[in-house]
Amino acid sequence: MSAALQMPPAAPLMKLTDLSVTFQTRDRTVHAVNGVNMELAEGEVLCILGESGSGKSVTLRALMRLLPKFAKVTGGIEVAGQNVLAMNDRRMADFRGGEVAMIFQEPMTALDPVFTVGRQIAEVVQRHEGASRATAMARALELLELVQIPSAKRRLDAYPHELSGGLRQRAMIAVALACRPKLLLADEPTTALDATVQIQVLLLLRELQQRLGMGVIFVTHDLGVAGEIADRVAVMYAGRVVEEGPVGPFMAGPLHPYPQGLLNSTVHGNMRGKVLTTIPGAPPSLSSVPTSCSFSPRCALAEPACEAGVPAMVEAGGGRRGRCIKITAG
Amino acid sequence: MEPNQDRGGPAQPLLALRGLTKHFPIKGGLFGTTVATVRAVDGVSFDVLKGETLGIVGESGCGKSTTARLLVQLLGLDAGTMVFDGEAVGEPRASGLALRDYRRQVQMVFQDSYASLNPRLPIEDSIAFAPKVHGLSESEANERARELLAAVGLAPAQFARRYPHELSGGQRQRVNIARALALQPRLVILDEPVSALDKSVEAQVLNLLVDLKQKFNLTFVFISHDLNVVQFISDRVLVMYLGEVVEIGPVDAIYDRPAHPYTRALLASRPSMDPAFRRTVPPLVGDPPNPVNPPSGCRFRTRCGFAEDVCAAKKPVAADLGDGHLAACHMATPGSGHSKAGAIMEVAI
Ligand SMILES: Nc1ncnc2c1ncn2[C@@H]1O[C@H](COP(=O)(O)OP(=O)(O)OP(=O)(O)O)[C@@H](O)[C@H]1O
Ligand SMILES: Nc1ncnc2c1ncn2[C@@H]1O[C@H](COP(=O)(O)OP(=O)(O)O)[C@@H](O)[C@H]1O
Ligand code: SF4
Ligand code: SF4
Ligand SMILES: [Mg+2]
Ligand SMILES: [Mg+2]
Repeated sequence: MSAALQMPPAAPLMKLTDLSVTFQTRDRTVHAVNGVNMELAEGEVLCILGESGSGKSVTLRALMRLLPKFAKVTGGIEVAGQNVLAMNDRRMADFRGGEVAMIFQEPMTALDPVFTVGRQIAEVVQRHEGASRATAMARALELLELVQIPSAKRRLDAYPHELSGGLRQRAMIAVALACRPKLLLADEPTTALDATVQIQVLLLLRELQQRLGMGVIFVTHDLGVAGEIADRVAVMYAGRVVEEGPVGPFMAGPLHPYPQGLLNSTVHGNMRGKVLTTIPGAPPSLSSVPTSCSFSPRCALAEPACEAGVPAMVEAGGGRRGRCIKITAG
Repeated sequence: MEPNQDRGGPAQPLLALRGLTKHFPIKGGLFGTTVATVRAVDGVSFDVLKGETLGIVGESGCGKSTTARLLVQLLGLDAGTMVFDGEAVGEPRASGLALRDYRRQVQMVFQDSYASLNPRLPIEDSIAFAPKVHGLSESEANERARELLAAVGLAPAQFARRYPHELSGGQRQRVNIARALALQPRLVILDEPVSALDKSVEAQVLNLLVDLKQKFNLTFVFISHDLNVVQFISDRVLVMYLGEVVEIGPVDAIYDRPAHPYTRALLASRPSMDPAFRRTVPPLVGDPPNPVNPPSGCRFRTRCGFAEDVCAAKKPVAADLGDGHLAACHMATPGSGHSKAGAIMEVAI
């Protein structure tokens, strides 16, 4: 095949270039995100893993420009070839809930308590697609059926508080899918659910993602959730991605000492009678931009070279990469 | 202050609970009349053995925390009896154990590490508070607080004078554990003690709990929705569903040979870390039903794939499967009238 006939690589659905977010208030500065580069292909599921405070939610919110005004955002955010940071307010309103939608841990942050579920979905459809009221209501019913809410027709008239936790989560997903987004952002949507309900919602999201061909960025601190749903994972620590790669090889053995520690300290299988491996210490304060490996104070492998500068992202082969001087390029 | 001592010998259960019941009335209407009743804990019986860790699992709302609050007598029983090392709890008679003496021997640690500490007290004072109330001098109580801080891995010189907001979640939970140990209890009830912590911190606290139990000769009741954590820490496991015990037994029996369909579904709902073993079908559909008006007969029947007529007609009794392994399902009881009764159940998880 001649070079001229080869297709160019498809443009990514989402691309973050050197994204940084700083919160500056009178008495303190928080460097929440410090130079994140990330790509998502169409129809791909990326899990962002990390402990609380590592910058997962701030990264997602930056993508939708949902951060407070005083947050300073630098770098590039591109979704479906459009520069998100350059959008004006009107374009942004179309973009949110149109091309990109978001679901949260607490469904009541996304659902309005004073309107019925059917009305809320129809509202989104009318606003974004200019559909008639009747068409929008028909679509709302379709969506409730899509997210497998039993007796969907009756549930159109239900208020959010009349639904159980699992059903509310499904209703929120229905609202998010109302305009067939290309990109779904999910911030720990199953963290507050029972395992029996969590697995139902994860299977539903996976099925919908495949059926609708959406790209999904799924934030979680739970390795098991990533194991069930991710194509690729990105691990964040102190506002940076420290490891990224396909989920299978990652779960079999992470490259970077931080996710290695995270995996070892997660209780799984029969570990009774064993002393659990822990990561000593706590994550660093984010009051200044780190100038060396942020993990070094807690890392058993740390050596003087780790303090020389922020370790570069090393390509380890097979689509895997990590920010640690011990990783060999492959 | 007398140390809390063993009385009945190792074979006598530390705590024997029979028919524990707690119903919460739901008030409504114009005159605040009772419109419904939440049967949060509904005839629960089990023993807590000396020196063991008994894990309690079950979905949200099944009555785990209510059971815990009954055990520490933060809530009064509607019905049932509690016998602590041979003595009936709360009986005014000479044979009984007064509530005040019982409370000294049974302490609790909650999930929310922040809400359970006084924000205006340095942590040392929070820990020393109860010993002082129970008659220790100021200096003795402070001495004990510092010993306990050291025991939970918080260097007293560095941490004793800090306030709760100056600590991380993991550190605050260590303080709560120290405070629970301040009266030298024999039994500690831990309600989701690590659920709010990050995994690396969770592992630190779990290791600590295992150490402390050994060091201070404790017995634990450990409540969690994380089945992996419960398997790690427990000797025996109790499974609750809608206010009732559906299965109890040694940890290996419950995890390797679960007999109740609900226990199996719970175990099968754990996400797998290995993407090669992803689930394709959810083990259970729907949410747990409301404990107002629970189903007749077996309460699990509305979600059980094996339910038959008998399951609606008759409440299953606990069948003894040997080794202290009990399951309340008609399939486990020969002659119950269920078509699969007595048949060896295939364990497929
Ligand atoms: N004070 C109360 N008044 C009315 N209902 C209550 C009260 N406390 C608990 N309940 C109800 O009793 C049932 C059992 O609650 P409980 O807190 O024991 O559940 P749990 O098993 O600890 O759940 P979770 O896993 O969510 O902590 C629930 O339906 C709950 O809503
Ligand atoms: N609105 C805000 N103002 C100030 N700091 C914030 C704000 N939102 C988040 N942060 C800080 O940014 C850091 C990253 O937070 P976040 O992305 O929410 O973490 P997580 O990985 O747990 O989702 C934390 O230190 C957090 O306290
Ligand atoms: S760069 Fe050094 S300190 Fe950082 S993770 Fe690698 S070995 Fe540890
Ligand atoms: S008694 Fe019947 S409904 Fe209940 S768990 Fe057993 S088979 Fe299922
Ligand atoms: Mg978050
Ligand atoms: Mg509870």
